Amino acid sequence: MADLFTGAALFILTVTALGLFKVLRSEIAVERMMAVQLLGTGGAAAVLLLGAATSSPAMTDVALLLMLLAAVSCAAFTSGQSSHTADASEQAEDEA
Amino acid sequence: MTSLANAFTLVAVGCGALLFLAGTLGLLRFPDTLSRLHALSKADNLGLGLIVLGLLPQAESFAGGLKLVCVWLLAQISAATASQLIAGVLYRRKSRP
Amino acid sequence: MTMLLDLALVAWLLALAIHVARARDDQGAIIAFIAFGLLLGLGWTRLSAIDVAMTEAAIGGGVTGMLLLRAEARLRQRSSQPQTPKRTTKAAAAIACTVVAAGLALAVLSFPSPAPTLAPAAAAALDSTGLGNPVTAVLLAYRALDTLLEKVVLLLALLGVWSLAPDQLWGGAPELRQTVAPPPFVYLGRILPPFGVLIAVYMCWVGADAPGGTFQAGTVLAAMWLLIMLASLRPAPETRRTTLRLLLVGGPVLFFAVGFLGFAVADGFLSYPEGAAKPIIVGIEAALTVSIALTLGLLVAGPSSRAPAP
Repeated sequence: MADLFTGAALFILTVTALGLFKVLRSEIAVERMMAVQLLGTGGAAAVLLLGAATSSPAMTDVALLLMLLAAVSCAAFTSGQSSHTADASEQAEDEA
Repeated sequence: MTSLANAFTLVAVGCGALLFLAGTLGLLRFPDTLSRLHALSKADNLGLGLIVLGLLPQAESFAGGLKLVCVWLLAQISAATASQLIAGVLYRRKSRP
Repeated sequence: MTMLLDLALVAWLLALAIHVARARDDQGAIIAFIAFGLLLGLGWTRLSAIDVAMTEAAIGGGVTGMLLLRAEARLRQRSSQPQTPKRTTKAAAAIACTVVAAGLALAVLSFPSPAPTLAPAAAAALDSTGLGNPVTAVLLAYRALDTLLEKVVLLLALLGVWSLAPDQLWGGAPELRQTVAPPPFVYLGRILPPFGVLIAVYMCWVGADAPGGTFQAGTVLAAMWLLIMLASLRPAPETRRTTLRLLLVGGPVLFFAVGFLGFAVADGFLSYPEGAAKPIIVGIEAALTVSIALTLGLLVAGPSSRAPAP
């Protein structure tokens, strides 16, 4: 059972992290924030699974913190966006 | 009884993991940003929800199970408001001349 | 399977770090850095350092991202032409970072195997403190002096931020709120803080016996407070207010007082009387949590930008 949980955690993390790496190259800043959001949820799921795999109940508290604060950086991001005038074209050249 | 609970756990966790895959694929492949946001919230709500549901039979204590449910409920609040905020940014930007 | 997971985590952390360092636009770098913090928290759980993972989750998810994103937004407003450092500056920074990283790697690799450890001694003395969490015992009993000085450093950092305010604004309130907070933001500011306060109290309480503790709790409270101020539900306080200043220094002052009391009732500075260690430690933690929450919140809020009301 423990190995299966670890495997599921690895699968979720791989999928979300690879998605993040792909989206980080996108030119739309909002989408990068979305990918981080997905990684946060995936990370919480992985923490829960790893906690079940190693039977350490304190891991649930880590997931609790992750989920409590999941929206906070997103909120801070959008509050900075209201005055955002930069266009996507400016960020297209990020990846040299 | 335990084997039944284990089978349930496996099915739910497996489905949850697949939903994360689906959410990521949607985030990468859907045509516009709002559709991608839709895919993201599926993984946030249902993916994490299924994993929590699957882990519930494995919880060592009642309080542990309750905390698992709390994680999911917090994710509901966070994901829903984060989606609204992101969609709001997109909407305001689009309506600007 | 666990080996594979650990290797994957290391690979992603390295890749993200390189991405952050190479990113041209500040916002992209900050977003990648938030993701880096998330993965780093997972890495700490793999090292069985759950206390550190919680701190990383709270600081990285709640405060650092907010601080950096707000700083970037303010910089963007101020100058239309972003300044990029010169090539030589970049090279110097890269060389300095490489030297530090190589030095750390050398230090870690040169440990004898098995590495010297005080863990058995820390676990053996745990009973005399009445605590169940060895990390809290190290922080508030064995090495309480370090923790005390660390809290003083936090206050000094806040003084440094405050002193950036011009003379005529000294004692005024920092400006935090947005021009128009969107309705979902206000909703979040109303609904999340009750849960945050509950979780912070839980963290502070459970820290005596299980992973958690005062710094995690204080950070969560700070994030909730910042959320309320950003949603314009409550204004930022004037920094000259006496209650605010008393609460800021309250934690460290109580810590000092208990420390000096140790001369009278125990063996010396910062030693606790036999049998009463746990209640004293929990009391100090509670006071410190409030101080840390206020300090971190005000650090993110920045120097005062409005003149104090007459």
